[in-house]
Amino acid sequence: MRDADLVILGAGPAGMAAARTAAEAGLVVVLLDEQPRAGGQIYRDVERAGERRAAILGADYLKGADLVRDLPHPNIRHLAGATAWQVEEGRRVAFTLDGEAELVEGRRLLIATGALERPMPIPGWTLPGVMTAGAAQILLKQSGMVCEGAVLAGCGPLLYLVAAQMCRAGTPPLALVETQTAADRLAALRHIGGALRGWRALAKGLGLLAELRRAGVRRYTGASDLAVEGGAQAQALRFTAGGRAHRIACSTVLLHHGVVPNTQVARSIGVPHRWDDAQRAFVPERDPWGRAAGLEGVFIAGDGGGIGGAGAAALAGRLAALAVACDLGRLSPGERDRAARPLRAALSRELAVRPFLDRAYPPFAGALRPGDDTLICRCEEVTAGDIRRYASIGCLGPNQTKAFGRVGMGPCQGRYCGLTVTELLADANGRSQDETGYYRIRPPLKPVTLGELAALAASQSKETAE
Amino acid sequence: MKTASTFRELEPEGPRVRVRFAGRDLLLREGGNLAAELLAAGVTPFRRTPVSGAPRAPFCMMGACFDCLVEIDGVTRQACMCEVGPGMEIAMPFAERDGDA
Repeated sequence: MRDADLVILGAGPAGMAAARTAAEAGLVVVLLDEQPRAGGQIYRDVERAGERRAAILGADYLKGADLVRDLPHPNIRHLAGATAWQVEEGRRVAFTLDGEAELVEGRRLLIATGALERPMPIPGWTLPGVMTAGAAQILLKQSGMVCEGAVLAGCGPLLYLVAAQMCRAGTPPLALVETQTAADRLAALRHIGGALRGWRALAKGLGLLAELRRAGVRRYTGASDLAVEGGAQAQALRFTAGGRAHRIACSTVLLHHGVVPNTQVARSIGVPHRWDDAQRAFVPERDPWGRAAGLEGVFIAGDGGGIGGAGAAALAGRLAALAVACDLGRLSPGERDRAARPLRAALSRELAVRPFLDRAYPPFAGALRPGDDTLICRCEEVTAGDIRRYASIGCLGPNQTKAFGRVGMGPCQGRYCGLTVTELLADANGRSQDETGYYRIRPPLKPVTLGELAALAASQSKETAE
Repeated sequence: MKTASTFRELEPEGPRVRVRFAGRDLLLREGGNLAAELLAAGVTPFRRTPVSGAPRAPFCMMGACFDCLVEIDGVTRQACMCEVGPGMEIAMPFAERDGDA
């Protein structure tokens, strides 16, 4: 078994920044990440982006290169391609690397597992050709691949960014079908003060919109009744906008209506979560350093603790690392607080635009409460109507739905149905999302083969013999 | 199984290796992301679901949705979490037996 002062799960902005700060304070860090190279999803493969990809992806993406460049340090052991599948007793992590399971124990644990796309169940969303907008970005970042004749649907600034990147790559989307309404825009104006404090994000958004106008990308807003048509493959996106029914033939539909914290690891070790109405998702309970409530020595930083974006994630990672360094006697509380002050000021600036964005681009209502025939559990193929039927016969919480119809028990373990199940049950039973709760997440968090486990047993007995 | 792909590689240069997907020979970029390379080669679907037999292909590309599951040399894996290697034998999982996800 390996050991470390600090074990970090995830080499995105939060994990990378935390690793560097902790290492500089003299802590020994083990950084586990599933991907072959550091960066997380937001900065995926940033160190390998050539000139062409860099020009398409833009300056904010390239900022991630600094974090990746700073990662090599004698105190940091970055295990790339390591899939964590269990966290035990708070701080011992079981993972698979190169086909063998291993254990690492840290005196402190930092969960920096980022965000997932918010599930967007609409009719036809399981068809080949329907992907998340984030998936399209990953294809571009990692593989230099673009998609011809795609339609983007949903809402939020990421859609504008993806659309602009597609234009720069010479493959503009056929259309941008947005679900936010004029009323949302009006309501968001209440938060314009914060947006002006976070004026860089606002200016970027306006710049992207201007770019899309110049490229002649068709935009529809206030769209509803979204559905993907097709049999073996997506063939068209249908929707209603401006009081008219539309149908756009396309074989790729890219969906997005925000991202939500990836809470699988935190939930698996019993970190309490609460419903955040503004972000319309569950967030883990933490103190201002990222220390998880109710658990000794566990921290959460980055989007996994609440959506704030890449800039905020890196700052939160540094704050958590300072707290860990203080806990372990490497920094005095005074040194920690002094180092934290400018980070907190920067974090507050980064987060200033969030209330405006959350209100201007609310999740698509039709995907929060889909029609009865829409599949909501992709793995076990359970529909929204099934969930409502379970509620009508007394089902109060997501865990019970497993017994009724295996919801959330497929390979994705609820990652793409959990929030929908909570919302549907809360609505049907007239209870809050907090009262309704979420799935109990159990290990293994990712599949592990018997062969991989056998390697762990072999290395453990060797250690015991020695 | 294989159609004209709507995915285009901006930098198609680089060494390619032969892999087999469901009995068909494909030339993919060595070391590339397997799910991406299969998409570029026009492969669809990647699998059929064990519940209803519905076709599926990559959805999230980040290891979360498990819709890109394939069977590589006999082991079910997420294609988006694998790199292309020479001589890979890839099959659709649950293709010829009753499967339990």
